[in-house]
Amino acid sequence: MSNTIRIRKGLDIRLKGEAEKVLVQADPAKVIAIKPTDFHGLVPKVLVKPGDKVKAGTALFADKYNERVLYTSPVSGEVADVLRGEKRKVLEVRILADAQTEYEDFGTGEPGSMNRETIIQKLLKSGAWPVITQRPYDIVANPAQEPKAIFVSAFDSAPLAPDLDLVVRNHGADFQTGLDALAKLTKGKVHLGVSDKTAAREFLDAKGVTRHSFSGPHPAGNVGVQIHAISPINKGDLVWTVSVQDVILIGRLFRQGRFDASRTIAITGSMARNPKYVRTVIGAPLKDLIGGVEGKVRVVSGNCLTGSTVGADGFLGFYHGQVTLLPEGDTPKFFITDGWATPGFNTFSANRSFPTWLMPGKKFAPDTNQNGEERAFVMSGQYEQVFPFDIYPVQLLKAILANDIEQMEKLGLYEVAPEDFALCEFVCTSKINSQSIVRAGLDALKKETT
Amino acid sequence: MKALRNLVDKVKPTFAKGGKLEKLHWVFDGLETFLFTPGHATERGAHIRDGIDLKRTMSIVITAMIPCLLFGMWNVGHQHYLALGQFMELGDGFWDKFLFGAIKVLPIVVVSYGVGLGIEFLFTSIKGHPIQEGYLVSGMLIPLVMPVDTPLWMVAVGAAFAVVIGKEVFGGTGMNVVNVALTARAFLFFAYPTMMSGDKVWVSTSVEEGQKVVDGFSGATSLGHAASGAIDKVTPMMQSFWGFEAGSIGETSAFACLIGAAILIITGIGSWRIMLATVLGGSAMAALFNWVGPQIGNAYMQIPILHQLMLGSFMFGTVFMATDPVTAAQTDTGKWIYGFLIGAMAILIRVVNPAYPEGMMLAILFMNVMAPLIDHYVVQANIKRRLKRAALQTA
Repeated sequence: MSNTIRIRKGLDIRLKGEAEKVLVQADPAKVIAIKPTDFHGLVPKVLVKPGDKVKAGTALFADKYNERVLYTSPVSGEVADVLRGEKRKVLEVRILADAQTEYEDFGTGEPGSMNRETIIQKLLKSGAWPVITQRPYDIVANPAQEPKAIFVSAFDSAPLAPDLDLVVRNHGADFQTGLDALAKLTKGKVHLGVSDKTAAREFLDAKGVTRHSFSGPHPAGNVGVQIHAISPINKGDLVWTVSVQDVILIGRLFRQGRFDASRTIAITGSMARNPKYVRTVIGAPLKDLIGGVEGKVRVVSGNCLTGSTVGADGFLGFYHGQVTLLPEGDTPKFFITDGWATPGFNTFSANRSFPTWLMPGKKFAPDTNQNGEERAFVMSGQYEQVFPFDIYPVQLLKAILANDIEQMEKLGLYEVAPEDFALCEFVCTSKINSQSIVRAGLDALKKETT
Repeated sequence: MKALRNLVDKVKPTFAKGGKLEKLHWVFDGLETFLFTPGHATERGAHIRDGIDLKRTMSIVITAMIPCLLFGMWNVGHQHYLALGQFMELGDGFWDKFLFGAIKVLPIVVVSYGVGLGIEFLFTSIKGHPIQEGYLVSGMLIPLVMPVDTPLWMVAVGAAFAVVIGKEVFGGTGMNVVNVALTARAFLFFAYPTMMSGDKVWVSTSVEEGQKVVDGFSGATSLGHAASGAIDKVTPMMQSFWGFEAGSIGETSAFACLIGAAILIITGIGSWRIMLATVLGGSAMAALFNWVGPQIGNAYMQIPILHQLMLGSFMFGTVFMATDPVTAAQTDTGKWIYGFLIGAMAILIRVVNPAYPEGMMLAILFMNVMAPLIDHYVVQANIKRRLKRAALQTA
């Protein structure tokens, strides 16, 4: 095993509501929804209409500008609705699920004996392709290109993140097959990033990959950090990334010949009634999984730093393996009791002006209040403490705000995704929404260069 | 709190759009957000946020300055009574000294905040943006760097100049190029030199009936003595360390500044890199002078390194002025260079320049202007390194 790469900068946010290591099978969902909005920049061309019968793996919509990329149904049933928002933007395609899922047959096969184009065809047709995302731009990969390498992070360091050792359990063969398929997609290497605490043999004994061990606080588990440490992205480079769950999904496609969108989801957060692991499918209604909520609770599909608010009636996002329930914080806070002048024994902060830095074992249940108002950049050096890239984050953000494309390129925008700035956004005194800024920068850069 | 909240909610419509006092909306908003951190919930991105905000940050800086303020009040009285030949011992007449100082200093603080915040309120109302916390710290810094006998109108003019020219013309909090409080100090220094330097302004010699200043009293500061060649009259080091000497209101005590430094460093609000670099820069320059001094027979140059650091506004500037995050260098490497040059330049101006007995203010202002350039080169180095990496990989 290679030497452990130590990530020194970062922050572990200590939160209440970790999922108990119990896995339960969720009841089959009655309605599921696939959201084109989960795929950044996608303009969907809807291929079904209400009333159509679909199987798991039947295409629901395609990328308007790259029609080979199909987005397919995770279950079988009847298309119930195509929900649209402003300017007729497609928000959701809802499907009434059958009690027994029927699958389209894509044929089994050993990826080792298949060529690159056949594998790509199979992934595209089945709807498994969108699980592959690319950097730069953090979007669904383009099947017409070839990446210099593919990266898989085998641990998630985000707050309350699911333990991927547990997720991969009993799916070792699928995971390995998935890796074999990925290995065919690049002439470069498939890099698997494990943590120094990873114990799962499925990860440690994975074949055909280059394994790297990481230690340190979040964001050590972010694939972007791992790419930066192993083989940084320069201008003109292209790398692909796939999550562990999605490698398993790809593996299943080859071993069983079907698009089986099952997922293991961690239900987490201080407002979760029984935080645990649940086996369900992509697009499942969260209401069934979290058992209903009372009062002001924010339901986030994903983790509390990068996930999206979906509401109690919302559906699981395409890329998410976690649901987080947080207390809503939309009420004013009196300055002495719990506002800015509070001693703050219950406030987690990266800043030592709160006494909680002296309580290293304590866990917190923060609400979603912004804890202050947006200001200009005042404090310096804050982002740098939680940002383990050889990149100047504030300067990069300022280049984006100034819309200076050349400077963005030089300062390293190719290497980052919004999620890499999540901790910067968390610690920011001036409450600057850096993830949105990075996303806007990536969009501008993409528009300018392609 | 409920009652207070209800009251705020009750008067809120008066200040809202269309209300009677619509023009004062942002002033009201400033007060409301002071009392109640707004119920703004995050919308996207990080759903939870750190507890820190600019109000807390600024109030910690103010807390860190309180030792300087309290000591300054006492020392103003102490120096005054020394000039009158009363309460000659340190321990004598504590409350008299403190009360005298408080009567002298508090009006300056009130005027500084009154004028500065007043102008901020005006700007927020005209420009329609929320009140940003910047002046909270500047408002305290300005009194602390003034000589005690500065007329109140002059404090007002200085504060007004600082807020308008030092900050608002650049776009407000976080946008200024040079330190706001130092802008006030520098403006007054050049506009009213006789009231801001020399040996008449540092000790309040106002007398009541029956009192008179003792014979042979000199109000010069240690640096004033040193600059005029009277090295023997420079306050001994330990006395400088505690701050029992004439000088600006809050700047004399290195000890009080160190308490402030501890608060700022422990909370992580003030950059320890800048503080350490400034001390290193000052020490290096003082050491150089220590070495050169005997060879050219210059007594000022031979003041020991530590003593140099204790004199004048060196410590105060290091802890509270150089570390201003907006005007300092932003990058870690930049902070080392920035701080080092401030320290070195402050001692250089102080010792070599015949016109100014103290160099800290000018050194910081100069480096404020240079900070973006330093950062520029640090960032360029990063860009070059990254490009080199790309070349290596393709090679």
